[in-house]
Amino acid sequence: MRVLHHPILGDETRKIDATIIVDGRKIPAIEGEPIAATLLSAGIKKFRETQKNHKPRGIFCAIGRCTDCVMTVDGIPNVRTCVTPVKDGMIISTQKGLGEWGGKK
Amino acid sequence: MKTTDIAVIGAGPAGLSCAVEAAKSGARVTVLDENLKPGGQLFKQIHKFFGSREHRAGIRGFRIGQQLLEATERLDVQVLLDAAVYGIYEDRLIAYITDGRDHTIKAKKIVLATGASENALAFPGCTLPGVMGAGAAQTMINVNRVLPGKKIIMVGSGNVGLIVSYQLMQAGADVVALIEAAPKIGGYGVHAGKIRRAGVPIYTSTTIKEVLGEEKVEGVITASLDEKWQHIEDTEKRFEADTVCLAVGLSPLTELAWMAGCEFTFIPPLGGHVPIHDRNMESTLTGVYIAGDITGVEEASSAMEEGRLAGVACAESLGYYNEKQALALKNEIWDRLDALRTGPFGEGRFTAKLKQLEARRQLA
Ligand SMILES: Cc1cc2nc3c(=O)[nH]c(=O)nc-3n(C[C@H](O)[C@H](O)[C@H](O)COP(=O)(O)OP(=O)(O)OC[C@H]3O[C@@H](n4cnc5c(N)ncnc54)[C@H](O)[C@@H]3O)c2cc1C
Ligand code: FES
Repeated sequence: MRVLHHPILGDETRKIDATIIVDGRKIPAIEGEPIAATLLSAGIKKFRETQKNHKPRGIFCAIGRCTDCVMTVDGIPNVRTCVTPVKDGMIISTQKGLGEWGGKK
Repeated sequence: MKTTDIAVIGAGPAGLSCAVEAAKSGARVTVLDENLKPGGQLFKQIHKFFGSREHRAGIRGFRIGQQLLEATERLDVQVLLDAAVYGIYEDRLIAYITDGRDHTIKAKKIVLATGASENALAFPGCTLPGVMGAGAAQTMINVNRVLPGKKIIMVGSGNVGLIVSYQLMQAGADVVALIEAAPKIGGYGVHAGKIRRAGVPIYTSTTIKEVLGEEKVEGVITASLDEKWQHIEDTEKRFEADTVCLAVGLSPLTELAWMAGCEFTFIPPLGGHVPIHDRNMESTLTGVYIAGDITGVEEASSAMEEGRLAGVACAESLGYYNEKQALALKNEIWDRLDALRTGPFGEGRFTAKLKQLEARRQLA
């Protein structure tokens, strides 16, 4: 959910101006915001599954430190989505384990 | 290869204040930060700062950030963004990556102002999506304007836990409860009062027993603790929640200081292992200074003062200030730092910082 009105920060002035594709689904986004922010705005909380036990993980630190939020972005695995800005048309997938390069092992 | 007088690593409140102070003396300053925007944790701090007027109390964190950025521009400080520093080599050679490529810069003085990162807490369900640092939630709501969830349980009643709870409400979330393992609230009474008045129950001597959910957080079970911090049977409470925020302290980000070869000391109230420094913020390596949360976790006001101190000291050792000029400036900063480290909350930090200086003296 986006914060459109705020008592200190005022009203949101940015506009939805991009679309990213997450696991095949189109999600409206703001160019330049972190990918993780777009996902949370759409209610997506699970970003990846762990290698051995396939457990779900989402963001933890949101400042690029913990690597819990990594996903496969445009064919590149292990991209920290909390510090990687959205570009229109990005293709993103929930990362399984260590991920795959360009969709291949 | 690029060269500079002073390279500051980290563009948070400590690094930016350091850069501004050093640049005022005429020194050439380069700041490197791995983020795409400068400011570190400052732009998410939308609350008014405490302290006296000299500490810019009453001004909100993000405004202080804007002022610092304006000053860096006015003083021609070079700020390199998307510059993740990964190594410091002999003769103060710094290696960093920008846009996926390697770069180096050589500096006469280096200031490490890399900040801190949030601590985690272990309990069943602690890795479920929806369990996150309180600062992470703060980043999402105040910088990215996105709510991480609607019903929040906050763990930890220090100032970060109290402030972020209030900010989550300002952003439109419902803070279901704030729990604290200790018998008393950790942060300022003013902050606690604000969230209590807004209707958030605060449970002390309480911890998380379990977070429920398969794919994400769906609920939280808490339990009361006795004087020995053990669960008391039959005190479980169940809360509906989709987010658990952990405000259980920060640890200094010291990798670069370890790598460079700075000597450390262990002071738990400062966040654990911290690099040793002297009154000028110089580490045990000549020409390598430290400032802000990396020297021990405090808050933004003291980070800025430590940054200024390091800035003046670097400028002095490069000859941009004579001893007299530098001492006058440093005296003012030391006084302000002492003032920030008084009162029931500051005193512990004051004693801890004395220990850190004592460790330096023992080495010498
Ligand atoms: C998420 C978060 C929220 C916080 N919220 C509050 C709050 O509300 N109130 C409060 O009093 N305190 C808060 N704190 C504590 C906060 O750390 C201090 O208030 C203050 O920001 C510390 O300043 P600093 O300059 O030392 O570090 P920071 O502000 O953390 O700045 C350090 C900068 O260095 C950069 N950096 C680190 N390593 C490298 C590297 N290798 N290469 C390049 N750049 C690097 C970082 O990305 C960052 O931009 C928060 C801390 C965090 C982590
Ligand atoms: S959430 Fe920690 S690196 Fe992205």
